[in-house]
Amino acid sequence: MSQSGLLTVSPSPHVHTALTVKQIMWRVVIAMVPALLMSVYNFGVSALIITMMAILFCAITEYAIVKYLLHQEVTLFDGSAVITGMLLAFNVPTNLPIYILLIGAIVAVGIGKLSFGGLGNNPFNPALVGRVFLLISFPVEMTTWPVPGGLLSGIDAVTGATPLGLLKDGLRSGMAVPELMSDIPSHLSMFIGTQAGSLGEMSGLAMLIGLIFMLQQKVLTWHVPITVIVSVIFFSGLFWLVDPSQYADPLFHVLSGGVMLGAIFMATDYVTSPVSHRGMVIFGVGIGFFTVLIRLFGSYPEGISFAILIMNAFVPLINKYAKQHRYGTGTKATFESTPELVH
Amino acid sequence: MNETVISTILILTGLGVLAAIILYLVSKRFYVKEDPRIAMVEEVLPATNCGGCGEPGCHAFAEKLVGATDLSELHCPVGGNEVMKQVADILGLKAVEKDPYIAVVRCSGSFEHRKKTSVYDGSASCTIAAELYSGDTGCAYGCLGLGECEDVCDFDAIHINPITGLPVVNEDKCTACNACITACPKDIIELWPVGRKSQRIYVACINEDKGGTARKSCAVACSGCSKCMEECGYDAISITNNLATIDFDKCKLCAKCVGVCDAQSIIADNIPVARLEKLEAKRQKEAQKKKMEAQKAKEEAKANKA
Amino acid sequence: MSINLVNALKTFHQGGIHPDDAKLSANAEIVPLPLPKIVTIPVSQHIGKPARILVERGDMVKVGQIIATHEGFVSANIHSSVCGKVGIIDEMMDSTGFKHTAITIRVKGDDWAEEVDLSEEINRTICASPEEIVEQIMGAGVVGMGGAAFPSHVKLSVPEGKTVDHLLINGVECEPFLTADHRLMLEKPEEILVGTQVLMKALGVSKAIICIEDNKHDAIELIKSLLKEYEGISVQGLQVKYPQGGEKQLIEAILDREVPSGGLPIDVGVIVHNVGTTYAVYQAVQKNKPLIERVVTVTGRSLETPSNFLVRIGTPVINLIAEAGGLPEQAGKVISGGPMMGKALADLNVPIAKATSGILIIDEEEAKRQEEYNCLHCGKCVEVCPIGLEPYYLMLLAKNHRAGQTSKEHILDCMECGSCSWVCPSNRPILDYIRLGKKEVKKIKTS
Repeated sequence: MSQSGLLTVSPSPHVHTALTVKQIMWRVVIAMVPALLMSVYNFGVSALIITMMAILFCAITEYAIVKYLLHQEVTLFDGSAVITGMLLAFNVPTNLPIYILLIGAIVAVGIGKLSFGGLGNNPFNPALVGRVFLLISFPVEMTTWPVPGGLLSGIDAVTGATPLGLLKDGLRSGMAVPELMSDIPSHLSMFIGTQAGSLGEMSGLAMLIGLIFMLQQKVLTWHVPITVIVSVIFFSGLFWLVDPSQYADPLFHVLSGGVMLGAIFMATDYVTSPVSHRGMVIFGVGIGFFTVLIRLFGSYPEGISFAILIMNAFVPLINKYAKQHRYGTGTKATFESTPELVH
Repeated sequence: MNETVISTILILTGLGVLAAIILYLVSKRFYVKEDPRIAMVEEVLPATNCGGCGEPGCHAFAEKLVGATDLSELHCPVGGNEVMKQVADILGLKAVEKDPYIAVVRCSGSFEHRKKTSVYDGSASCTIAAELYSGDTGCAYGCLGLGECEDVCDFDAIHINPITGLPVVNEDKCTACNACITACPKDIIELWPVGRKSQRIYVACINEDKGGTARKSCAVACSGCSKCMEECGYDAISITNNLATIDFDKCKLCAKCVGVCDAQSIIADNIPVARLEKLEAKRQKEAQKKKMEAQKAKEEAKANKA
Repeated sequence: MSINLVNALKTFHQGGIHPDDAKLSANAEIVPLPLPKIVTIPVSQHIGKPARILVERGDMVKVGQIIATHEGFVSANIHSSVCGKVGIIDEMMDSTGFKHTAITIRVKGDDWAEEVDLSEEINRTICASPEEIVEQIMGAGVVGMGGAAFPSHVKLSVPEGKTVDHLLINGVECEPFLTADHRLMLEKPEEILVGTQVLMKALGVSKAIICIEDNKHDAIELIKSLLKEYEGISVQGLQVKYPQGGEKQLIEAILDREVPSGGLPIDVGVIVHNVGTTYAVYQAVQKNKPLIERVVTVTGRSLETPSNFLVRIGTPVINLIAEAGGLPEQAGKVISGGPMMGKALADLNVPIAKATSGILIIDEEEAKRQEEYNCLHCGKCVEVCPIGLEPYYLMLLAKNHRAGQTSKEHILDCMECGSCSWVCPSNRPILDYIRLGKKEVKKIKTS
């Protein structure tokens, strides 16, 4: 009994699942660790520094805004600032100047999240808002990628283009896809993670490990990540079948750039994705479609960030119309007694 | 260079004119004819949209007022007689004076007087708690103290006192809009006439349990002992279901009942303390006198016996 | 590996959760609880009108004697559960959390009414005609003992134009902790089977399915082994999932039919009765014994001996707890029923009612709700809702008193299973507000 010797009374249910917000947030962080380790392996300590800095900046921004601008209680330790920080870091090159990262963090947390009323109310994925803001504001810094050099490489390592960048530039200069493929790392090396690119999008394998962990822990359902990946394969596959000399193969599209990162960690953000399974599938297909569209016909080599943000905007609409089946409606709910059953 | 400037000016001006024409045509096409008096009436209404009049908002009430031929049933509690008079002037009708009202809380079972019997741990909503069980004290009638009245008040006029756990009405701010009264699932808030010099006397208890049960759960519960009813010289107090109720139409605010209540569940708002003290002194004097007389009679009886 | 299709476990398809089933008292045999000194019998233990009182203070009554009669069709008789003298009849607190009229009886001896057959042997021959069966059940005051307490005779009176082709006997007991039905199936399997046949005869159906979740595998096997002599009855094992014991979910799991929104199981040709009710039906029809006692599970993680008691209706809850080892020091909450849909008690002197299936004691640290966070729109509540509603959205609307909108979002279809509140990672009290919203919608619909 409580100190007062009185019983507690509250409406049912009286038990609760052990999986609460905090635990979910930390599990997502754990799921991102393999990708981070892969990045450290490729780019050295700078990957770790950038990630730490991004987390720190996001946490500080959140703390400062909530405490001094909104005068509310600080909910820093629900882990959401850590996730935003990590995702932001995953979306930038490791040689990004620190002041740009700071701007990204302020935009991500300040504009992307808190200006809408904090966690749960933001329509767009905060980390992506920060990333896209930086991409548009600092196009050169954001697209100068260090070449993977292993753990020992310093910050001043050689810079190079991403496979997607190579492909886009090559196609623009009139070359065909098969010729270009010789300059581009093999599918296997892209999968394991030795391509140039943003910090976190290196290794499909590490990302898959994260996905399997999150599925096993019931943090996620398969709907969003799998439909994004499948629809990227489907839409890019269509073009590839039409003309393999102009369009890269679907596997290349999935493994290059940020498709895996986007599908597994960015599009699955609870707040900015639909609530029903049906809605999630529509959302995933939309992301796949826009990604392929931007990659093949847009001026940017990569399209997943924009695709996710575009589909984020559709989420309220999807939630309104893509409802799940409601028990007691539809064909199973009509019963006509068959004569032989009647007595 | 000049050409660019000129063409820009021309294009922008042209666009502006075009938009203006479209807007003009649209507003003409979709113009809704509305009685101009509706706008005039709405102007004088307080624009609080509180719903105290029974309509969803001030505009709807203005429409209703303009459509009405008799204003006796329509009243804006927030604006009061003054606003209704202005409305009547606009409409050329006669305003009916109504007494101003105020919300009173008919429960005085504070933490001190009413012991907790359980700990409520559900959502902080009186309605949800009232649906669940009869309350976290022994009294099944009293205030739950979760502040639904406070939440619905548009005028910042009712607040839960953290020390007593009961709502307190701010007399200057309360407009008698009825919001808290509808919200309260226990129906402990009532509308009372503000009264002469804001003086009001009411029973701050609605417990209908039998005397003993009621008192056991709350030290200031009305037990229906009918002392106040006997004291009242104006027939204003009645006892139904073990509960005393004061009829405000009959009450002359003499405050005689206040002192006789053992449970102190009769509340006197804004009655000068001096008057209550005077009544109390008089009562004590009378009691003393009675006592003396009784003693005298006893002694006399003794003497007679002897 | 071959899959045995006949024995494949079924389940419902939409939503559902997997809370820890914690059946602590699954191996505790049913023990009769010693008679209390005084019983308090509410006259309203069922859905429908309260029964009309037939006794006065000072009357002597025997066990099984009728003390209050049903008022109208949707109501139920109330019988004395003890032998003794009628005490005060007044408004008294019961397990609903509100005061209702109740009859107190001071216990003196244990004399039963003469007409009750107290022999232990199983009476397998059903002599009564369907009409007589319904009458017997009505006379014995049998109500749904799974929790809803709907008068059973009402369910057996099939309205004209409706046909019934299946009778489902609900032995799912999906609420965590509770084992009353489980023990009953293990200890009184034949009585339940005969009771099932009685119900089949009353309804005129040829197929009955006893539905049991797979965490009661021993009960499935036991009843299966007895089926030979009972034609038309089969047993169906089910995967463990909450809220499978809900009528609607059970019908979907077993027969793949959905009860139409706002309708009843009879609309899809099904009648569902709980195993406890079936046992009471057997007692009423075959033994002439009214519903005066029931099996109640008394359980909790810190309770000394989680038990299953055979309890007379009207026994104070505190007696059961005392018999199971007393209220533990760290107890924070006592629940009448299961942890998902049960009612927290403020007072331990309230009586056991016909529909009280268990008393659950929850430790203090588990009893308090956790801090609430913003809604993340994670969709977990949408995923687990067995009806396919959007609980997070309903909560938001109900909180703002948007009754028109909640009604459009089918808030009245909610069966209050609590899966949404259970799963919410932000600890939001979703069901609290859905109940509020339902109340407001009902208020508007009736006015």
